[in-house]
Formats: sequence, structure tokens, C-alpha cells
Amino acid sequence: MNGPATEFKVRAGQLTADLRHRQIIQTALGKYETVRDRTKSSFQDWAGAREAASKIKWEAVNHLDEYLLEFVGKLEARGTKVHWASTGTQAREIILSILKDKKAKCIVKSKAMTSEEIHLNEALAHAGFEVVESDLGEFIVQLRKEVPYHIVFPAMHLVRGEISELFVRELGSAPTQSPEELTMIARRVLRQKYVNADVGFTGANFAVAETGMISITENEGNARLTAALPKTMVTLMGIEKVVPRLEDLALFLPMLATMGTGQSLTCYNSLYGGPRQPDEPDGPEEYHVILLDNRRTELLADAEQRDSLHCIRCGACLNVCPIFKNVGGHTYGTTYSGPIGSVLTPHLRGLQEWKHLSFASSLCGACTETCPVKINLHHHLLHNRRNSTRQKPGVFEKLAFRAFAAVINRPWAYALCKKAGRFLQKLHPLIKGSPLDPARSWTRTRELPPIASQTFKEYWHKRQSGLK
Amino acid sequence: VNEREKILARIREALTKPAPRTLHSIGSLPKADNGASLHFGARQWLPSVGEAFEQRLDLFRKNLADLKGNFSLVESREELVAQLAALRDAEEWTKIATHSGELTNEIGRELHLPVFQTNRCYDARELESCSVGITQCDALIAQTGSVLVTSRSAGGRALSVFPPHHVILARRSQLLSDLPGAFDFLKSTYAPNYPSFISFITGPSRTGDIERILVLGAHGPKKLTVFCF
Repeated sequence: MNGPATEFKVRAGQLTADLRHRQIIQTALGKYETVRDRTKSSFQDWAGAREAASKIKWEAVNHLDEYLLEFVGKLEARGTKVHWASTGTQAREIILSILKDKKAKCIVKSKAMTSEEIHLNEALAHAGFEVVESDLGEFIVQLRKEVPYHIVFPAMHLVRGEISELFVRELGSAPTQSPEELTMIARRVLRQKYVNADVGFTGANFAVAETGMISITENEGNARLTAALPKTMVTLMGIEKVVPRLEDLALFLPMLATMGTGQSLTCYNSLYGGPRQPDEPDGPEEYHVILLDNRRTELLADAEQRDSLHCIRCGACLNVCPIFKNVGGHTYGTTYSGPIGSVLTPHLRGLQEWKHLSFASSLCGACTETCPVKINLHHHLLHNRRNSTRQKPGVFEKLAFRAFAAVINRPWAYALCKKAGRFLQKLHPLIKGSPLDPARSWTRTRELPPIASQTFKEYWHKRQSGLK
Repeated sequence: VNEREKILARIREALTKPAPRTLHSIGSLPKADNGASLHFGARQWLPSVGEAFEQRLDLFRKNLADLKGNFSLVESREELVAQLAALRDAEEWTKIATHSGELTNEIGRELHLPVFQTNRCYDARELESCSVGITQCDALIAQTGSVLVTSRSAGGRALSVFPPHHVILARRSQLLSDLPGAFDFLKSTYAPNYPSFISFITGPSRTGDIERILVLGAHGPKKLTVFCF
């Protein structure tokens, strides 16, 4: 077994048994479910909205080259510098050269999963820049030197006491049990950063081809301040973020909010079409947009799974996933966790090394059912399983099925196995749960049901002879 | 330019193979391949909004109250100034940040407070010292309780988010019913020369990042007040 798969198994085992962790996640997600359902039911026709959102994304992704060029043309026409990056390394180099060019020292960041994907913070810190995450959840996990736990709720796994201890240790604040006071501590620290930062860095939720704008969805106002005060603004976005028309957002913004947090609209939904224009009082003097491929085109080439590029990163599939709820976000060891992460990661980082995520699923389909853009998530998990086995067939499984076929095709062999099973199960307690136990992964924590003392065939024979 | 061509070439190569039409995706396929079937209004699916002004007003008021924002319908400029003066005294405002505009020009004189205007390039530290940001807006949206602002209508990017209290002065005629209407409005008002910044503000700044407990004023304003007259 390889590295990530072993780590996944070990961590999953630990966290599944961690009842406190489970309690925290279930409380948080319970609150989410209540508001999400309330907001969803306020739509006149959620199913219709889903169908339409999926259609729009289908159109955009299946004509990606055309819409990207339209988007870039419009953006450049208003003074934005657009960069293209095939890989994470290239994207980091572009960002570093912008920072060096601007002689920047401090960078304030609003939440961007693409930056997690290319490990930007490490690269910037390594090059000697000060990087500050401004989203409260991201700020907390950055202080803990962790990666986000969840793509929408980065600090979902922590309780206030832990955050208070963290702030006392890292920021020298007074201990408090009040979420409000904790938020205000972060607010005070970060306010000064917006004013002093040389560069503001953001991600993007949507890119509007028709008007050449990026759309950022947030609640705290940190992205707005990041895009307003520093002299240079940099946005890193995946190439799949594009939507054809401005009015498409009338559908996507409320749907993203509904599925992401249960709000009917998040607090700030902002569109940025360039640097400060001549008639405007503030905003960055320079605006850079970096378009990141990072193997998205490989996923695009997999026509069967192309619809996973529809993803709007709402996190809804994570929130309903029984696996995610039990093993938690960090267990995945990936940028994107939950069902969408299990589908994407094998494409972004290699199928053989990350196929185990596609096997860690009950295939219940809750993800597919909740997805607002109708990604066929649980079938893609099956596709990944199939592709990985086709690429590298499992020797043990092959042998097991060959043996099974041999037995099941021979009635006498089958009958013998049934008898042997009944006998051998009596001896099972001797090895139950030990490394010798062939059913160990089940019997370590559970009981095997006893094999019936007689088969149906035996029962029927007895019954018939009794009647005679 | 080189990477651009490489990425575009990879995209075009990838798209030579059409996405399969499965049972799952069948309803999601655009009918024509030129995007023509995509010209629909989102209005039919989104939460419904009544047609009459009173219905829009009630919905806006209810939504903003749910968002913990404040709403006040005033009949005259005098009533507006009186209510603002009450806020000034209650919150001990010392300095107002605003921008030049039909509804905002006289506000400092009327409230007897020094005014800082973000009409031209300014120092963010000075904006930070203001107790309140008073702006105009492009529209109010009943469906979501949102305020639509742009860098042109509301004094730039920071004025409506940096001070601890954001006060919006709007006309009754600016109350739109829904989001599709707001995007129509943006297009008809600005296209093709859009402001570089457009934002839908939906309640005061908030976070739920600590145990999913709502806290107002995460980074932006803790209070949001809309005056409509």
C-alpha cells in the first residue's frame, strides 16, 4: 500500500473513534442543514434552478476556449494584466515576480482554495514575504499552521476554547469564551494589515465572460477590503470558473449561498472589472489575474467526468457526505475534500496514489443529489475505481473472484463450502480480530452474524419428508 | 503568450471529444449547441416577490430585519436628518465619511459634524478614523434585502465597508424586486462602461467561523442602516 492511502486509513480510523470530533462536526452541520433547507424551500422551483445552473455550466465548460478568450479580452481592455499558468509552479513564479516587481513586503489574502492548491503561502513565506490570511477561519488555521478543514468552513473542527488558547499564545490576547470577542480580536489585528499591505490577493468564485469581471462571494468583508486598499491586487483563479453572461449570476449567487452556508445571499457579492478607473477614488493601481490550469485540461479531456469542472465549490457535497462527517476534512490529506475532492484529486495529483478516496465511499449518492450544478459525483467515484483497476488490476481480487467462480459453478463445491463454513465459524473466536482473521477489517470492531445451522435446501428436504 | 497558447491548445484538444449524454446529464444539455437555449430568466425559479411597491417594501423590510440590518422609511429630508441626528448622538459620531452626491452633499452641515469625502484619491487611515460611512446606492433589492452599490454610486470601494457603521440613503424609486432585475438595471445603466467595482451588500458584515455562531462586524461594518425616502 502506498503513502497517502495508508495515512488516510490510519487517520480515518482515529477520527472515526473520536466522539468529541464527531460531536463538533455534527453540531455544525446540523445547524447548516436547518438553514439550508429553509432557504432552499423559499425558491419557487429549486429543481428548475439546478437544471438551469447545470446547463449554464455545461455551456461554459464545453466552450471553455471561446468564453475564456472573451473574458480575457474584456478584462485586458480595461487595464488588467492577465497571466496564464499551466502549473502551480508557474503560478507561484508569476506571483513572486509581481511581488518582487512591486517591492512588496506584506500580502493580505482573502480566502482562495486555488492558492491552497498551489501551496502559495509556503512559497511566499519561504521567499521572505509576510502573508496574512484575512478570512477569520483561514486566519485561525494559518495561526495553527494547518490547512483548511473544509472548503467553506476552514475552522469548523475547532471550538472557542481552542481558538482562545491559540489567540492567547499567538497574539497575546486575553482569554475569552465569547465568539464575538474572539472575532473582534482578529478584526483588530487584521484592520492594520489591510492598510499596511502592499498587495491584496484574492481567489474568484465566478468569471463573467460577457463583461470581463471576476465575482467574489464572502460574508466578512475581508475580500472587499483586500480588493480596496492595497495598491496592487492579484487574483488567482482556475480556468473553469467562467460563466457566459452577467445575468447568470442572478442564479448562481443565490444558489451558491443557499448550498454553501444556507443564506439566501451572502453578505458581500462583489464584481471586479479592473484596477481603479480614472473617475474612481480608490482601488488598486494595478490588477493582475492569473488563470490556472494545473491539470484542469486533463480533467476536461476526460469527457465522462468533464462535468466535475462545473463545481462552484459550495461544499454542499461535503456537508451531506457520511464519510466526510465521520473521517473529517484533514483526513483526506488533499486541498479539496469530501466527494468532490475524491473525484478531483486523482486527476490533479495522480490516479494510483489517490484512488483510495474513490473507494472510501458508501456510494449512497447524497452528494449527487445535493449538488447544485448536478455533477454526477458518486458515479465519478465508480469511474475512478474502474479506471484505476483497468490501469492496474488488483491481483488479490482477481484470484478471489477466480476462486469464487470455481466454487459457484460447481454445486458439490458450493455445498462443501457451506458445510465447512458452519464448522469453521465455531473455531473463529480463536482468531477473531487477530491478524490471522481473514475477516479482520470487519471483526475487529463488529460481530459476524452466525451462519444458519441448516441451509434452506436442507430445511426444505426435511419439511417435505415430514409431510410425507 | 506562450502559456496562453499552450493552455488554449490543450482545451481545444480536450473538447474534440464531446461530453457523453448520460441519463443523469440529459436534462442539463442545452438544446442548441450555440447557447441559444440559455436565454432564460432566472426569475421563474428564485423566491417570488410581489409586484406592488408595498409588497416589495414589506419584503425588503422583513429581509433586512432578518439580516439584522435597520430600515427606515422617511417622508421628508427633515425626518431623515432628525433620525440621523439621533443615531449620531446614540453612537457618538465624531466624523462622517461620505462622497459627493445628490443625497449626501449636505449631510455634514445638517448633522454639524466634520466630513471626509472619498471623491478623489485619499488616505485610508483618515477613512479609518471616521465613525460612519454614509453613501448612496444604485438600487435596493427586495428579494434578498440587498443594497447594490458600485464604485461610482457609493464613493469608491472602501467607503461602504471600512467604517464601523454603513448608512445608505436611497430613493423609493430605487427599490427593485429581484436579482434578475438588478442585473438588468446594471446592464442598462452602465454597459459597456461598467464601474470597476460592483457589490451586492446583504446585511452588516458577519461571520460564523467560530462554531457556526453568528457574529456581526467581522471585518466590515457592524451596523447597516438603510434610509429610504
